[in-house]
Amino acid sequence: MLSAPLEPGFDYTRSYGPLLGRFAAGLRACRILGARGADGKVHVPAVEYDPETAAALSELVPVSPTGTVRTWSWQSAPLSGQPLEQPFAWALIQLDGADTAMLHAVEAPGPEAMRTGMRVHARWAAERRGAITDIACFVPGEGPDERGELPEVPDAVEEMLTSPIHLSYMHSASPQESTYLRELAEGRVVGMRCPVCRKVYVPPRGACPVDGVPTEEEVELGDNATITTFCVVNVPFPGQRIKPPYVCAYILLDGADIPFLHIVLGCAASEVRMGMRVRAAWKPREEWTTNLANIDHFTPNGEPDAPFESYAHHL
Amino acid sequence: MTDVAVVGYASSPSVRETQGTTNGVEMLVPLFSEVFAETGLRKSEVGFWCSGSSDYLAGRAFSFIAAVDAIGAVPPINESHVEMDAAWAAFEAMVAIRTGEVDTAVVYGFGKSSAGELRKILALQLDPYTLAPLWPDSVSVAALQARAGIDAGAWTEQQMAEVVAASRRKARANPRSQLSGEYTAEELLAQPRFADPLRRHDCAPVTDGAAVLVLAGAERAEDLCERPAWIGGMSHRVETPHLGERDLSTSVSTKAAAADLDIGGVRLAELHAPFSHQEILLRQAIGLDEAVEVNPSGGPLAGNPMFAAGLSRIGEAASRIHDGSADAALAHATSGPALQQNLLCVLRGER
Amino acid sequence: MGEQAAAVIGTGQTRHTTKRHDVSIAGLCREAVDRALADANMDIADIDAVVLGKAPDLFEGVMMPELALSDAIGATGKPMMRVHTAGSVGGSTANVAANLVRSGTHRRVLAIAFEKQSESNAMWALSIAVPFNMPVNAGAGGYFAPHVRSYIRRSGAPEEIGARVAVKDRRNGVRNEFAHLRQPDITLESVQASTMLWDPIRFDETCPSSDGAAAVVITDEHSAGKRAAWIHATAMRTEPTTYSGRDQVNPRAGRDAAAALWRDAGITDPLSEVDVAEIYVPFSWFEPMWLENLGFAEEGKGWVLTEAGETEPTGRLPVNPSGGVLCSNPIGASGMVRFAEAAMQVMGSAGEHQVDGARTALGHAYGGGSQYFSMWLVRSEKP
Repeated sequence: MLSAPLEPGFDYTRSYGPLLGRFAAGLRACRILGARGADGKVHVPAVEYDPETAAALSELVPVSPTGTVRTWSWQSAPLSGQPLEQPFAWALIQLDGADTAMLHAVEAPGPEAMRTGMRVHARWAAERRGAITDIACFVPGEGPDERGELPEVPDAVEEMLTSPIHLSYMHSASPQESTYLRELAEGRVVGMRCPVCRKVYVPPRGACPVDGVPTEEEVELGDNATITTFCVVNVPFPGQRIKPPYVCAYILLDGADIPFLHIVLGCAASEVRMGMRVRAAWKPREEWTTNLANIDHFTPNGEPDAPFESYAHHL
Repeated sequence: MTDVAVVGYASSPSVRETQGTTNGVEMLVPLFSEVFAETGLRKSEVGFWCSGSSDYLAGRAFSFIAAVDAIGAVPPINESHVEMDAAWAAFEAMVAIRTGEVDTAVVYGFGKSSAGELRKILALQLDPYTLAPLWPDSVSVAALQARAGIDAGAWTEQQMAEVVAASRRKARANPRSQLSGEYTAEELLAQPRFADPLRRHDCAPVTDGAAVLVLAGAERAEDLCERPAWIGGMSHRVETPHLGERDLSTSVSTKAAAADLDIGGVRLAELHAPFSHQEILLRQAIGLDEAVEVNPSGGPLAGNPMFAAGLSRIGEAASRIHDGSADAALAHATSGPALQQNLLCVLRGER
Repeated sequence: MGEQAAAVIGTGQTRHTTKRHDVSIAGLCREAVDRALADANMDIADIDAVVLGKAPDLFEGVMMPELALSDAIGATGKPMMRVHTAGSVGGSTANVAANLVRSGTHRRVLAIAFEKQSESNAMWALSIAVPFNMPVNAGAGGYFAPHVRSYIRRSGAPEEIGARVAVKDRRNGVRNEFAHLRQPDITLESVQASTMLWDPIRFDETCPSSDGAAAVVITDEHSAGKRAAWIHATAMRTEPTTYSGRDQVNPRAGRDAAAALWRDAGITDPLSEVDVAEIYVPFSWFEPMWLENLGFAEEGKGWVLTEAGETEPTGRLPVNPSGGVLCSNPIGASGMVRFAEAAMQVMGSAGEHQVDGARTALGHAYGGGSQYFSMWLVRSEKP
C-alpha cells in the first residue's frame, strides 16, 4: 500500500475576549490572575464561566506566583511544543490565593525531586507575548510574595493569541487506489469495475459507493474523454498552478462510468463546451509520480462533440 | 417509548497499525457484511445509520464522508454522525428508534490512531487558551489523575498492576485483542515507569480498529436476534474541562449517570478505561462490587481503537447477553481528557 | 411523529461578521445561548441536555471543542452531544435535539452551532494537500460552479436568475439585524458587473466567510407556552460524494429527504402549503436548484418561481427573508440559522423580516458535495 506524510499546519489566530484578554495581559506583566466566582471562589487560570453555575465571570484578582503541587506526573521524553525540552514534571499547582489548581510544567532534575505538596513558583519567560507560555515553567521553592517585588497588575487587555498547530500524519492509500497510482506512475490510467453493478470507477474504490464492495477487475482506460460540465476559473487564490482564466472540467474518460475534475488547456476558455471531446496531455515521463497530476491537462482532440444524451446521466 | 435492543455486533481485530486508509472503509466493509449475515437484516431495511469518528485522527477535514462508501449508500440513507466515540452514536440511534420513526439502526465507529501522534493530537481537546499551547499530552494528563488517586488512597500501584495482569490474561481468550499474555502484578511492577506514576502497560496501546453495532426496536429485535440485549437505560454526563476544578480521583459524571440507571443484577461490566487506574476509579464511581466481572474481553488495555472502543464496550457486553452467559451487563464509554465525559448503558436479557 | 410533541420556544444568534476578535470561541457561543434562553424565558439551569454542532475541528484547531466549551454552553453536569455532518450540521444538530425531546428522552434541550472561521482560514483547512490527491486548482466555488452550469443547460434558465437571487437575498439581509452582508443599494446590474469568479458564478452571487453562532431551545409541550414553533417533521438523508450516474444538480438524497418531510408533515402541495422557506443557498443559483429538489417546483422549473418574483418576501413562497447564507455564512452554524429563522417566522419573532401570517415554515441545510441534507417543518399549530 502506498503511504506518504501528511502535515497539516496552521498558525491559528485566536481572540481572547475580555476576561481571558486581561488574564493574558497579566501574564505579559508577570502576574497571574484568577477569576472570582459569585461564591468567592478564585479560579486559576481564569475561567470565563463558572464551572458550577455556568455564570459569566468578570472579576479578576491577582494571586501569588507561588503555590503547592496537588498532583504531578513525569514527562520522561518531552514532545515538541511542550514547555521544556529536557525531562520535566507536569503538575496541577494551587497558587496561594487560588481555590483551584492550574496545569503547568515544573522543572526538576528527576521524578525523585518531585512530591505532592511541594512548593513551587513561576519562572517567567524572558520574552513574553501575553500567553500561558509567558510562564516558562514552575521551579521548586518559594517565590517572591506580596511584600516582595511583584509587578503591578496592568490595566490592559490582550486581544489575540497566535497558536501554531503543526501535526504529522502518515496518510495511506487504499489497495485499489495504490494499484491505480502505481499504474499512473507508468503512464496508464487504470480503473476498476464493481463486481456487482459492473460500473468502472476511476480512481478505483475501496468500496463501490453504491454496492459497498471493493472494485476489482482492472480496466485500462485510454486518453480520450468527454467534458461533461465545467467552470472557468477567473479568481486567483493561494497555491494556484496556472494563471487565470482557465477551465476546470469534469472529465469522463472513454470506458469509465464516473467523471473526475481536471484542467482543460489548449484552447480559449470561451471555446470550451459541455460535450467537447478532449485528450490527456501527459507531463514529460521523467516527471511522472504516483499522482493524477501526471496528466498535465486535457486538450481538445478535434473530434465532434459528444451528444448531450451520452453524458447527461453523469451531471 | 419503545424498548430498544442491541441485536448485532462486530469488531475488527485491534492492531497497532492497519495498512488501510484513515476513512475506515477497509475495516468497515467486512464488518457490515458480518452483522448483516448475523442478523439477517438487509441494507435496504436499515432505518437509521449513525457513526462516530474524528477528523483530527485522520489529519483532514470531512474525513468521515468517505466512510459512507463502505455502506453503499445508494439509494440515500437516513444518517447522522457524531464527532465523538461511537457509543454516543449508539445513543443517538437509540433515541431515533424511540421516536417511533425507525425500527432499526446500524451504528459504527472507526479510527486509525496510528496515522498520527495520538497522545499529542489529544492535547488539542484541552482549553485552547490556557492549556493547549503547553501541549499537555493525553498520557501525562492521565498520569496526573493516577497520582491524584494514589495520593487520595483511592487506589494503589499494586492494584493498577493487577488490573493490567487481569486484562492481559482475559485478552488471551479474545482473538481480536492486540495485547495479551500471562503476567503477575509483581512482574509488571518491576517494569520502569513511563509517565510516572504510569508504566507503559498502564496505558492502552495505540490501536487501529472499527466496530459496528445493530440496534432494533421491540417490533424487530426478536426477528433479528435470538436473545436481544435490551437497553435497560443509557445515560451520560460531561464535566468541566478545567482539570484543576475537578476531583480527579473520582468521576462525578459517571456517578450522576449511574444514578439514572438501575444496575441491579449486573454481574458483568465492560468499562472504557484506557488507563489501568481508570478501571478502578470507574468501578468505585459506579459502585460495582467485587462480584462483578470487569472487562472479560480484556477491555481497552488489550486494544483501544479510538472512537470505536466505547461502542465496542456496548457490543462486548451485549454479546454476553446474546450468548446467554449473562442476564444483565453494564457498558461504559468515555471521551475527553481524564474521563471528562462518560456514558453508561445497562443491557438485559429480559425486556 | 415521535411520541412527544416538540417545539422551539427560543432562538438566538450572533451578529454575523468576518472577524469576531472581541470574543473567545466560548464567548461567541454564549452570546447565542444567552439570547436563545432569554427568548425562551429560561435559565441555563432549566436545560436538561445540550447538543453542539459545528463543521470540521480543523477550522478552529480545537479537537472536539464541545469538551472545552462545556461550561460556556451550560452542558457541565448534563448530557452533551456533538454532531458533525459537514455543512448540514447546524440543521442536523437541531434535528438531533428535536429527537431527544420527541423520543421522551429529555424535556428541555439546548442546541447550539457555531463557526469561528477567523481562527484559521477555511480555504486552508479544506485544501490541505492530501498525498496522492491531485490539487483540483479550482478554489472554493470551483467544485459547485460546474454543477450550476449543468443546471442552466438542463433547465434552460435565463442567465440573470443567479443575479436576481443575489439581489433579493442581499436586500432581505438589510432587514435582518444579525446579517453579515447588508447591501441596500445592490441591483441586478451591479451583481452582473461584479467579477466572474468561477464562470458561471459571480462574486456577488457567493456567500461571505463569517464568525457566528446560533442556538435554539426545544422543549416538550409541558414547557412550551403559546409562542412556539411546533416541529411537525424532520428529515435527514445522505448519499456518497460521487457515484456512477449520480445527479449532482438534483441529488436524490435531497429529493428523498424532502419527500419524507412532506409525507410526515402531511403536506401534499408544498408550494401552496408552506408559507416561508429558509433554504441553504451559498451560491445564488442554488435557490432554483433547491426549489426543484425540495418539490416546490417540477424539475427544470425552479427558476420560473424566482424569475416571477415568487420567492421575494411578497411572493407566493418567500425564500430566505433573513438574507440567507448569501448574507451570512458561519459554516457550522449556517444550517441552524436556517432552522431558527424558520421557527422565528412561525413564532412571529422575525422582526423586520417577518413574513406576514407565516404559520408553516421550512428550515433546510445541506453539506459536503451536495450529499448531506437535513430539514425540518415547523408550524405555529401543535401537531
